[in-house]
Amino acid sequence: MSARDRILAKLRGARPAEPLPHPDPAPHYATRARNESKAERLARFRTGIEGFHADVHVTTEADWPALLAKLCRDKQVGTLMFGANTPAGQRLQADTFGDISLRPWAGQVEDIKADLFHRVDAGFTQTRGAIAETGSLILWSSADEPRTLSLVPPIHFALLDAARIHPTFYDALVSENWAAGLPTNALLISGPSKTADIQQTLAYGAHGPKELIVLVINAEGDVQ
Amino acid sequence: MSAHQQTSTGGKDAGKPIAFVSAQALRERMHDAVNDPHLRQSFRGAMDFLMAKRAAQFPDTDELDSLRSLSEAIRQYSLSKLPDLLEQLEANLTHNGVQVHWAETPDEANAIMLGIAQRHAAKLIVKGKSMVSEEIEFNHAMEAAGVGALESDMGEYIVQLAGEKPSHIIMPAIHQTKQQIAKLFAEHIPGVSYTDNVDALIQIGRRVLREKFEIADIGLSGVNFAVAETGTLCLVENEGNGRMCTTVPKVHIAITGIEKVVEKLEHVAPLFSILTRSATGQAVSTYFNMISGPRRGEDKDGPEEVHLVLLDNGRSQAYADEQLRKTLQCIRCGACMNHCPVYTRIGGHAYGTTYPGPIGKIVSPHMMGLEQTHLLPTASSLCGACGEVCPVKIPIPELLIRLRGEANSEPHANPAMVGQGAGHNALTSFVWRMWARVHARPGSYRAFSWLATRFRAFTPKRQGGWTAARTPLQPAPRRLRDMVKDRR
Repeated sequence: MSARDRILAKLRGARPAEPLPHPDPAPHYATRARNESKAERLARFRTGIEGFHADVHVTTEADWPALLAKLCRDKQVGTLMFGANTPAGQRLQADTFGDISLRPWAGQVEDIKADLFHRVDAGFTQTRGAIAETGSLILWSSADEPRTLSLVPPIHFALLDAARIHPTFYDALVSENWAAGLPTNALLISGPSKTADIQQTLAYGAHGPKELIVLVINAEGDVQ
Repeated sequence: MSAHQQTSTGGKDAGKPIAFVSAQALRERMHDAVNDPHLRQSFRGAMDFLMAKRAAQFPDTDELDSLRSLSEAIRQYSLSKLPDLLEQLEANLTHNGVQVHWAETPDEANAIMLGIAQRHAAKLIVKGKSMVSEEIEFNHAMEAAGVGALESDMGEYIVQLAGEKPSHIIMPAIHQTKQQIAKLFAEHIPGVSYTDNVDALIQIGRRVLREKFEIADIGLSGVNFAVAETGTLCLVENEGNGRMCTTVPKVHIAITGIEKVVEKLEHVAPLFSILTRSATGQAVSTYFNMISGPRRGEDKDGPEEVHLVLLDNGRSQAYADEQLRKTLQCIRCGACMNHCPVYTRIGGHAYGTTYPGPIGKIVSPHMMGLEQTHLLPTASSLCGACGEVCPVKIPIPELLIRLRGEANSEPHANPAMVGQGAGHNALTSFVWRMWARVHARPGSYRAFSWLATRFRAFTPKRQGGWTAARTPLQPAPRRLRDMVKDRR
């Protein structure tokens, strides 16, 4: 008998005859639903993620590439890496960015690992959405926007559509039926990396990005 | 670096493997810890901080009650279907391209992981935070076989540099001051001079460890929740080292206890929320990392191989008993230790077990047997704070009483636990049996209390452990019964 069989046999010999009733989280969330407007959800998301030291800039579908270029210049970004085959990636044009080097992700990570770790100053990704309750971005990694693009460069720029902010994590994964098909890596990101492991003193820029900058496209144009 | 060297903080032999702590040594360690003012100050400050942060996350007690009940129900439901869920998890992970391994003992788990390391001729394993890897002494096992295992969580890295073990399951280096860490870095990291600026220290750690993420052959991580229906491993973290370990090296090995599985993805949302809020008082952690397989198809990064090691190590023993099974509801938030008056006074090292504090006292006896751990459940005032804050409502005080019973009852056939009766003492047992007999009959109780009041002058002045810190017990000169009679 293998370890697997022995463990399972022990558990089967001891488990209750009938499983307990299936717990449904829906009522807990339904009774606390806020019925917020899009603007209210955006405001709550913003307060949340700013509390975790992310910068949030509200912009428009037309203006965000220029804003990104300006922020890159402000942060003295020399090289910006991004996924070229995404709708957002195709909007990044060299003439907007001037002397900032726009570098599309190309090849497998092994081919570009040294650059990614040592020469890329910032990574740019789209997001799948966000969560108002906690101020979290939702990222699903893909062939176009690999996992490390939002992890290794010291600055992470993230593009968010305000219409895709969910009230809670629970609402996001139920309304979009995530259980039907997750990518190899799905992420919630709430601020730049941090630690309080030394005397409970909060320090940013632990192992991941030191800065997280969120560009929010707000279609109604109510720029704050 | 050796984890065996002695250190000044955290009591004697803080870095030694857990199996070395005898009952006598445990008493001494606790005594030493209580008398270490620096340690007391560190833990008091840290626990006050964590308690205040947690309280701030739950301003709405209705919401807290509802979320605790839901989380308890999810954990109990998952355990009620545990063998089925483990099989479902295995099937879905396998379908996703993850290789699943099963281990009954720490040795088996280490052998499996060493096998993977050797197959890849691995020289360096970078580790995300994993208490299960501490439980099985993973670093020792790898070092013994010539494979480097480097902790990358800042707190764990500090503890490893110091040759210690974590003193808290969430904040491993909570017992160290920034000055101690500054000294440690200056001594152990080439080219680093003393600084006790926390930001500077973290940047030093970042620089050193980034080099390692880049070159490591294997990344190791724990698992916070394993989702059966999707075959997904969920990791909660703030630093990004967990993402590094599970993303950059070519091989990712995750290790977890068999109890961490839940059925539905939707079950993860409430558990994740109550975990971070209970643990560090954060609304959410910086990263919630959901891994459903290795690099595949068109993916450009991520590990080429992902392995999951499912470890029993005594958990199936706890599972076999309906009351003890509740131990396995734990989601490892550490709130019970943050609120424990004993933990706050002695710190995490004094217990001598991988998992300290209240949860450690109820889980360690299953992992190590009562022979070594029978004193642990007595290191409690049964104040009930742990049970009150537990996000999944584990009745920790009840379980402590149950374990005291298991440890001290007369050894019998078919015990619920390995080491049952390890604390049994024939004299103590005789005294209590007589006590029970006297109190069960009104006549004998009356006679006994009459004798006790008449012969009170013969009460011994030294009454063992009781008088170590208290005045001796002495029967009153007159019984209540006599005083009531007088008033009539």
